[in-house]
Amino acid sequence: MDGGKSVTTAMQAGKLPVERRGVISRRLSGILEPYLYVSPALILIIAVMLMPLVLGLSYAFRDIRILNPFSGGFVGTAHFQTLITDDAFLGALVNTAWWTFGSLLFQFTLGLILALLLNRDFLGRRLVQALVFLPWAVPTFLSGLNWAWMFNPVVGPLPHWFTALGLMETPFNILSDPDLAMWGPIVANIWFGIPFFAITLLAALQSIPKELYEAASIDGATTRQQFISITLPFLAPTIAITLMLRTIWIANFADLIVVMTNGGPADSTQIVASYIFTQAFRRLDFGYASAIAAVLLVLLLAYALGVIALRRAMTHADN
Amino acid sequence: MASIEISNAVKSYGAVDVLHGIDLDIQDGEFIVLVGPSGCGKSTLLRMIAGLEDITSGAISIGGMVVNELQPKDRDIAMVFQSYALYPHMSVAENMSYALTLRKTAKEKIADAITNVAEVLGLTALLERRPKALSGGQRQRVAMGRAIVRKPQAFLFDEPLSNLDARLREQMRTEIRKLHRRLGATSVYVTHDQIEAMTMADRIVAMHDGIIQQVGSPVEIYDRPANIFVASFIGSPAMNFLKGAYEIAQNGTAGIRLTDGSFVPVLPARGATANQTVTLGARPEHIAITADENGENGGIPARVELIEPMGLSTLVHVSLADNPVKIFTLDRPDFAVDSFIHIAFDMEKIHVFDTETELRLPPENEPHTAQSA
Amino acid sequence: MNVSGNSPARKLVYWGSHYLMIGAFVVFALFPLYWLLKVSVTPNDILYTEGVRMWPSRTTWENYFFVLTQSNFPHYFLNSVIVAGTTAIVTTMVAAVTGYSFSRFAFRGKVIIVALMLITQMFPLVMLIAPIFKILAPLGLTDSLTGLIIVYTAFNVPFATFLMQSFFDGIPKDLEEAAMIDGNTRFQAFRRIILSLTLPGVAATLGFVFTAAWSELLFALMLVSSESASTFPVGLLSFVSKFSVDFGQMMAAGVLALIPACAFFLLIQRYLVQGLTAGAVKG
Repeated sequence: MDGGKSVTTAMQAGKLPVERRGVISRRLSGILEPYLYVSPALILIIAVMLMPLVLGLSYAFRDIRILNPFSGGFVGTAHFQTLITDDAFLGALVNTAWWTFGSLLFQFTLGLILALLLNRDFLGRRLVQALVFLPWAVPTFLSGLNWAWMFNPVVGPLPHWFTALGLMETPFNILSDPDLAMWGPIVANIWFGIPFFAITLLAALQSIPKELYEAASIDGATTRQQFISITLPFLAPTIAITLMLRTIWIANFADLIVVMTNGGPADSTQIVASYIFTQAFRRLDFGYASAIAAVLLVLLLAYALGVIALRRAMTHADN
Repeated sequence: MASIEISNAVKSYGAVDVLHGIDLDIQDGEFIVLVGPSGCGKSTLLRMIAGLEDITSGAISIGGMVVNELQPKDRDIAMVFQSYALYPHMSVAENMSYALTLRKTAKEKIADAITNVAEVLGLTALLERRPKALSGGQRQRVAMGRAIVRKPQAFLFDEPLSNLDARLREQMRTEIRKLHRRLGATSVYVTHDQIEAMTMADRIVAMHDGIIQQVGSPVEIYDRPANIFVASFIGSPAMNFLKGAYEIAQNGTAGIRLTDGSFVPVLPARGATANQTVTLGARPEHIAITADENGENGGIPARVELIEPMGLSTLVHVSLADNPVKIFTLDRPDFAVDSFIHIAFDMEKIHVFDTETELRLPPENEPHTAQSA
Repeated sequence: MNVSGNSPARKLVYWGSHYLMIGAFVVFALFPLYWLLKVSVTPNDILYTEGVRMWPSRTTWENYFFVLTQSNFPHYFLNSVIVAGTTAIVTTMVAAVTGYSFSRFAFRGKVIIVALMLITQMFPLVMLIAPIFKILAPLGLTDSLTGLIIVYTAFNVPFATFLMQSFFDGIPKDLEEAAMIDGNTRFQAFRRIILSLTLPGVAATLGFVFTAAWSELLFALMLVSSESASTFPVGLLSFVSKFSVDFGQMMAAGVLALIPACAFFLLIQRYLVQGLTAGAVKG
């Protein structure tokens, strides 16, 4: 029992003691409350991601090489000027496009097919769903290594199978062929990325009301017509957003390349993101790495804004 | 139990005022119903009493103590939600005893309280069940049981019957009313259903657009609505409204001249001037179908549009002066649709409203009553 | 989707091709893992000669034995467990509180904070490698598990927050209001009632973050240089590059690396679809 707070009827035995707010009024604490809840996340993100981002962008204009204790001075746009003539960088730009769209095309198409297959009820569906989503759980460094080993004729089956199928003359490791090396990480990326598309598209498919299909089939639509006139329009927003996010994500995804080929042979698999990593990690040239990163960021922003503008134009066209 | 005083309560969200200066005194032990259409502010007001919304300006007191600054848990009130808000992972008994457990009440006391309340509400057999194993009506009663066990200063109800089907709603209305009589608890009940308001309230508070339109007993509100809103909202089927001009005859009698020339005699209204545009308000049960065909003192011709037999009564829809008018009669109709009948208005019972201000102009002889607006 | 036409032949073709394709996907998904397993149990002496057989003529556990007792892998494994586990727990706690506030509160600045979180998901994390290294170095947090935990937590909080938020959105708001009227502050209501109702969401988030942190490679490579603080990916990679390759052992290590991640994922993948569905429905 609390004592001596107030004599009104509110203070009876078995009631909670009243906490007086004192200085902060209820309204004020009500306004502050949400911010208290988000503050841990906010602090983390600002300290670990946003501040370094700003800092990193500033490095692009400075000479920062970890191994050189005298570096740290301001060099203006020197890095960018080097960039323009850097063949490795320009090659990386091309490779990034090849890498991104190659991976995306197959990931999306195969993911969509898988989602459509999983959208029907069949025997063993639960088990199959768990199994085909497994690649998503495999750590990326491991799937990179794994596929690298599979492409290696010494321990892996693939070169031998390709030879048996007539795709190769003799078994060799495509990862050491500058013309074919990119396909190695791409295949690994496809393997890894199908589950993502399958999960998101499946979730979207399952949110389409069944009655729409029933009404359409009463109206006489074939399966293909139903797909085109019901499924695709319903999926379109999800597809649009997922594709855009994944494009950016894949473009930034350097792990597989670093693990499988390290950008080689002869920079044929180097993408911009892995190039940044190489500059930072191996050559420890933070200034140059940051300049490349700045360019990548601008390109991605332009891409995102372009997609948003396109979407807005398309929505307005509909209206 | 305690009284609740609300003085000049204002609630704004940013620049938008949702409640404009509400003044209301609720007596200890009273069952007050806040009624009005969606968006009128009744739920907001209830949640402000509960402490779930804070008050922009003004004061709310419970039991004589200003509670503006108190959190809900410190206000000693209990609330029954529209969706019952039962804790899904707890049994009925645990749901009902949760508040007492928080206050570290002794286990025996909790058990006693639960047993008693469960008995009153017919929940004894359900005590170990989870909410998802209960029907809507049962969940409703558990929600009430949870509130009753608390023995709070006041009960707050937020449209608790809206999710029940019609038959269950009728049944629960009676049960809540009986419980109130038994417990004598101060209760504030929010609903948009005017039937609930009429049958359950000691006093009704009709609200619209964040303003209290009228406070009074159900009969008062029904017989003497303060304005067109209250008149049209309370009572089903709704009141009929016809626009016209107020006329005063030389012998002091008064009437309303409708747009088609028909003349309806009314009691002289206080504050009405000649030729003032007024609105005639007549409840369907106050319009009679007469055989009298003589102009001014008798029936006014009207064309029958639709006849709705309701069993005990019949609702006749007619068209008068291009307005739809509904008439409530206990007689079986002996006329057909599209025929003409004659209707007469009960002079003592119909109302005159100022069309512009929408306020009711009471008959001159009516005693002044205190009505808040 | 309807099956138009009900003749038995048609149905056979339909379901036949359905299962065929499903089978293809399952084989494609599982084969690499199977191969990993297969090589890991192949003894060294027949590894190169029997290369492409589906299953070795003799199996052995010697590779696992070596990895578990004669190498540093148990140590790397433990480090990864510590880092991934701690990250998962801390991230989930932060994400729960943040996701709750997004779900329940409308406040000025919410749009900005949400936008900030979305932005963090969009830019290349590699570009933070340099500045983060430079910031953590003077703090002594490079080459330490703590440094990794802090960095990983920050990286995972945005997605985890959105995941938790969509689970909270599925719980009616008047539950905590009832709890508050019954005698809790909002935070107590959150802790005692709401959180226990989103246990699937908590499990999903824990599993997701654990898997993400377990796999992270680049920042671990960058920030950690000593053996004592190496996580599994770093350890495995250095093992691969240093020694001319003992594939059997490396694959054995790989299989070991797989187990926690896959186990977690199998447990929680159902909730992930649930959570994503809730988000998808809301657009």
